[in-house]
Amino acid sequence: MELPWEPFLLFALCGVGLFSIGFFGLVVCAHVLRKILALNIMGGGVFLFFISVARRNTHEFADPVPQAMVLTGIVVALGVTAFAVTLARRLYSTTRQTTLSRSEREEGIS
Amino acid sequence: MMEWVILTPLLGAVLAYSFRRKYASTVALAAALANLVVATRLSLDIWRKGAHQYSLGGWGAPLGIELYADGLSGILLMMLAVTGTWITLYARGYFRYEEARDVAARGPGGLFWPLWLFLWAGFNGLLLSSDLFNIYVLLEVVGLSAVALAALGGRPKALLASLRYALAAFGGSLVFLLGVALLYAQYHTLDVRLLGGLVEVSPVARTALMLMTVGMAVKTALFPLHFWLPGAHAAAIAPVSALLSALVVKASFYVSLRVWFDVMGSTVTFEAGQFLGVLGSLAIIWGSIQAMRQKGLKLLIAHSTVGQIGYLFLLFPLMHGGDTAGLPFKAWNGGMYQLLAHALAKASMFLAAGVVVRSLRTDQLSQMAGMAGQIPLTTFALGLSGVTLIGLPPTGGFLAKWLLMEASLESGQWWWAAVLVVGGLLTAGYVFLMLAYTLRPPKKTPDLERVPLSMEVAALVLALMAALMGLRAEEPFQLLSVEAPWRVNR
Repeated sequence: MELPWEPFLLFALCGVGLFSIGFFGLVVCAHVLRKILALNIMGGGVFLFFISVARRNTHEFADPVPQAMVLTGIVVALGVTAFAVTLARRLYSTTRQTTLSRSEREEGIS
Repeated sequence: MMEWVILTPLLGAVLAYSFRRKYASTVALAAALANLVVATRLSLDIWRKGAHQYSLGGWGAPLGIELYADGLSGILLMMLAVTGTWITLYARGYFRYEEARDVAARGPGGLFWPLWLFLWAGFNGLLLSSDLFNIYVLLEVVGLSAVALAALGGRPKALLASLRYALAAFGGSLVFLLGVALLYAQYHTLDVRLLGGLVEVSPVARTALMLMTVGMAVKTALFPLHFWLPGAHAAAIAPVSALLSALVVKASFYVSLRVWFDVMGSTVTFEAGQFLGVLGSLAIIWGSIQAMRQKGLKLLIAHSTVGQIGYLFLLFPLMHGGDTAGLPFKAWNGGMYQLLAHALAKASMFLAAGVVVRSLRTDQLSQMAGMAGQIPLTTFALGLSGVTLIGLPPTGGFLAKWLLMEASLESGQWWWAAVLVVGGLLTAGYVFLMLAYTLRPPKKTPDLERVPLSMEVAALVLALMAALMGLRAEEPFQLLSVEAPWRVNR
């Protein structure tokens, strides 16, 4: 079947769509874990966009630079996720709280 | 030379993590001093010989990743090295005191040093990077260390604030990264200077500019995206508050400068600059009014950061204000001087606040009656850095605001001058409010805890530097003019 547009464009648009869904989730969801997952969906969208860009020219082989960048990006995303989850667990174990709502006034005594 | 600017704090971080806790702070101080020496030499080299370039592994752009240092990188390297060294000295006293008093404080002390040095290495790398993807990765290095440092206290408030900070910072980075991906799709390169020559006005370039600016605005806490800042900066422990508020917010601001003037010089419009200027003005007014309403010292200082960041964003409209000769020069140098003066003054304020909290065992402004008589050095540091933020002569803040004022009047954008005047008055409002509490006669003589002298001295020295940097600005301006955007574009 012949697509009416370049195949890479379809993937790129999917990437932007995923990014938007993730952004929506990051802003709207209250639960911390959902926010962290939304961050990952945003990241997935950006990576899909990057990868699809590698195919934008119909050469024999794909552009290797975006793949290298996406690999690095995945490592960064993994580190960020692991760290955010650790923080969220620590927050839960000390306060039994799973949202970012201000349960008390923050007065910042150090 | 350039690689050593990054390597000194990086090696220090690895060593500080592997050594026993007893030596970690000494290793950190050695790394800080070594970095100060190397950064000074690099800045002197840039000042004398012009911009520096270094191809990592011998691979040049567009395939390889290049390091590049111009006047802007040089001056920010110096800001980081000088402020960072004094914060390191302060933190040595802080943790030694803390650990002697309380065994439970040992945890944060051990982790502070490697995290702080990793942050420093990442920031130095960011200032020398000339590749947009590399900039993204290093922003994440800075962001991860900064969030971990903000959580160090381990109290519920700090955890909550740093989690909010983490989500905002990493979300902002991803928005930035989507902009980077758009640019790569269009122009097949991510090198800042190559892109500068390639980018033309197009919908793709406009969208990329918008995404990158929004992403960085979240991380710089530009109004109305500042929701995460006051909590995170106020709830952190004293040396961390200082380095977050004085230094870390400047990392993402630096990236927006690079994007606006080096990459997108052809795409940015007068209206886009005005838009950022309006947000900056609202930040000045909102941040200052909020600062006046606070009851805690650290929250007051944190809200003042929201306001002072607003001044930095006045640089964007003023750089695009007509064709008057010398105008971008004034706007650029004024904005940069505001950045430097704020770094020194805000570091001093938060360090002084740390001393206050330790001696008085409270953060509440209402409990500070008589403080001026009991810890005069620290009260003086608070007042002096406040004077810099207001912008009274001869402080660095005065010079910055004077230059911004001249730039706005000469370009016919008088409305920014009005904002500068109102902002100065509001800043004076919260600084005098804070000082008034310390000068009230005390009801009873409070028993103070003595803190190490090095803590008080570090805060005072930073305040003095901020106040005196307005006296001689010729050399910093010469350094700043090396490959400055107003020279390249016009």
